[in-house]
Amino acid sequence: MKTVEEIKAAIEAAVPGATVEIVPNPSVSAQHSLRVQPGDALAVAKFLHDDAELRLDFLSNVTGVDWPDREVAEKVKVTRTVTKTVDGVEQAVEETVEETRKRVQPGCLEVVYHLFSVARKHGPVVVRMRTVNRTDQVELPSLTSVWRSAEFQEREIFDLYGVVFTSHPDLRRLLMWDGFKDHPMRRDYVEPDDFEYEPTAHDEVLARVNQHAAAQQAEVAGQEGTDAGR
Amino acid sequence: MSEAESYSAIEQAAGPGSAVAQPEGWNRPPVIQPDGEGELLEVAMGPHHPSTHGVFRMDVALDGERVIRLKPVFGYLHRNHEKIAEGVSYLSSMPYTDRLDYMCPLTNNWAYALAVEKLTGQAVPERAEYLRVILGELTRVQNHASSIGFLIQEMGASGTPLMYAFKAREKILDLFEDLTGARMMCNYMRFGGCRVDASAGWLEKTRTVVAGLPRFVDEFERLLRSNEILMARTQGVGILKPELAINAGVTGPMLRASGVNYDIRKVDGYGIYNRFNFRVPLGDHWDVYDRFMIRLLEMRESIVILEQALKDIPGGPVMDPKAKIRGFRPKAGEAYGRIEAPKGELGFYLISDGGPNPYRYRVRPPSLINLTVLEDMALGSNVADVVLIFGSVDIVLGEVDR
Repeated sequence: MKTVEEIKAAIEAAVPGATVEIVPNPSVSAQHSLRVQPGDALAVAKFLHDDAELRLDFLSNVTGVDWPDREVAEKVKVTRTVTKTVDGVEQAVEETVEETRKRVQPGCLEVVYHLFSVARKHGPVVVRMRTVNRTDQVELPSLTSVWRSAEFQEREIFDLYGVVFTSHPDLRRLLMWDGFKDHPMRRDYVEPDDFEYEPTAHDEVLARVNQHAAAQQAEVAGQEGTDAGR
Repeated sequence: MSEAESYSAIEQAAGPGSAVAQPEGWNRPPVIQPDGEGELLEVAMGPHHPSTHGVFRMDVALDGERVIRLKPVFGYLHRNHEKIAEGVSYLSSMPYTDRLDYMCPLTNNWAYALAVEKLTGQAVPERAEYLRVILGELTRVQNHASSIGFLIQEMGASGTPLMYAFKAREKILDLFEDLTGARMMCNYMRFGGCRVDASAGWLEKTRTVVAGLPRFVDEFERLLRSNEILMARTQGVGILKPELAINAGVTGPMLRASGVNYDIRKVDGYGIYNRFNFRVPLGDHWDVYDRFMIRLLEMRESIVILEQALKDIPGGPVMDPKAKIRGFRPKAGEAYGRIEAPKGELGFYLISDGGPNPYRYRVRPPSLINLTVLEDMALGSNVADVVLIFGSVDIVLGEVDR
């Protein structure tokens, strides 16, 4: 099978204007992936499906991944002028200091497609694309028109991550119920506080026990009072 | 969208085509027009229909007896397995994989162990590989036997064929219990091998059970194939074309019954499968009967593999002595591992960020993805056949809903 570099070159030759980025995978599995721009995705998918040499006719797995906003701490070397007292004389000295700066790396939602070929018996080719952000620009093109197996899996990602697949034929929630509001697989999902207090027979008994104990205590207190007066 | 305004099968069937304009080359189920007279009837088959073996609903729109539209509804058994697995260490998810496809816990263990081994580069000793193959193929035999049994049961032959299947299944489950301590929730494989070694006595017992399996398969086949009703009800029903099967990501016996030669044991040769001689049976009528026959033939091939594995199994350790089972942190990266489970391609996709828990843990459920084509197979057939077509897909709801 072609390497990711060759596939990248083939895509960029066949789909005009498409930019493909290789995402290296440093783990032992070495399954490197290709990141495509959402705008080109459909054309790239058609090419991968139809190309005589690749023939990636089998889309096995579609995965959603959530990358929340991340605070990155970077160490930066800063040179600045400091007034210092050297040998009793005040002098302006240049000094290089290491400083830790924090910056927020914006998050996104990612969808990963694992492609195989039944005709050529090779794979996987891993294709991924990212949304602009996690809040209001979460649209990605649906690849269901190229590979039907994306139909339920994209619905699942819409359900659990909130990625909106444009031109999906039937974009409804798959696993959660229709009235459900949030997306439970997101990293910052908070479970609703929907604890319901339900009185049981046991609680009724407990209430009677408490009532009984209080009455007894009052009775004892009353007797003590009479003893003391005698 | 509220519950009330959610999907109605009749609206979809009677409405002017589909709501979305369909691009070229769109691989959708055809829109069947009702015959004209009379009203459509919407039937919710499920979530407690006996044929679903769990909780699953099919919203069917009927024109008389004919199916016009069918929409599967999932999620009754959803417990967000993937989210739970992201919150615990790699090892802690191993017992939970048993609960995905609870008919075949050992293949689930294997697929997960394989994905983690790909991620960490962990080697597996020879004897453990043989034990995995033996257990995987025993799992396949018992799954296919009971799947056929259930299919016949749904056809109305209540009891007898299913009990024949369960007779063989129980013998295999007894072997699992002897080795792992549990009939169904085995929790047996580890990253870099297997949890406990098989004794010589266990291997001897397994040889005896495997020696008795061909007789069971012959008997089972004679019992079923000589039945006229079975032939009449399954042949020519629920046809799935090979092009659609590949495009819709259908895998396992379903795909091979549609005549597509794709068996991950042959294609990937994971574990030590390239050492064994076995054939891949293929269907050529693409119907329910073919799916049922492919499962029978695959049982025979599994027995062939079992005989070879039980003959060749070497001695030695079952765990790599250097293997880290718990408390390890894989390097940042990702891996996709897949095996040929009895139901189809079972894959695990793991992303590590260098922490002790997986950053992303994804199960590729063959049962869910095989259901993509349920509507295509069922359209235009009688409502009584829907049960059969659905049974021939062979799903387990624990895996569909996760």
